[in-house]
Amino acid sequence: MQKPIIEIVDKIDTAVVYDELSDAASGGICVFVGTVRDFTNKEAVVSLEFESYKTMALSEMRKIADQASSKWPLNKVVIRHAVGLKKVQEAVVVVGVSAAHRTECFEACKFLIDTLKETVPIWKKEVFKNKTVWVSAHP
Amino acid sequence: MEVLLFGIAKDITGKSSLDLSALKEKPNSVSELMHFMNSSYPELSKLSSLAVAVNGEYATIDVPLQSNDEIAIIPPVSGG
Repeated sequence: MQKPIIEIVDKIDTAVVYDELSDAASGGICVFVGTVRDFTNKEAVVSLEFESYKTMALSEMRKIADQASSKWPLNKVVIRHAVGLKKVQEAVVVVGVSAAHRTECFEACKFLIDTLKETVPIWKKEVFKNKTVWVSAHP
Repeated sequence: MEVLLFGIAKDITGKSSLDLSALKEKPNSVSELMHFMNSSYPELSKLSSLAVAVNGEYATIDVPLQSNDEIAIIPPVSGG
């Protein structure tokens, strides 16, 4: 695997990831983009606010990229998460891989986002009209 | 000894970091820190989970704490 692109940014530009993953040795590219949904449990979401423990978040994201490349033969990996205030429909996370064949692309891409959600110290607060809720904080 | 706080832990304590250096009995391990945090801020014990990171790595409860460690309280993560 080439050196993965691991970033925490203020704004995600979804247009650049294709070029970042494009690679002569790869027969496929898989990308997942997480975006702000308009409703949670029938309540209208105004915005989401993301906060990170940046140094640790970057090192956990690097670990996920390394784990993925040890499980599948990947050529390129991108993991990029946004922080700050995000409006409905905005992109908040983009993960992607390129590899020789599609099976490892799909599997690795799913692994990247599923593991990111479990281990990377980033927190999301849902802002509704009359309240705010830290997602998953309470059982 | 400074403890960094994020997300809901920051809201519960009202601070983005806690300075524990003035404590008479400083926590010597992750387990002692968890006990101190939960008893000082009972709302923390109502969370789905609470982890501690020492020098940027998730730490098990037996990990000892030194005064120059970077220590952070990690409430349930929700990125993505």
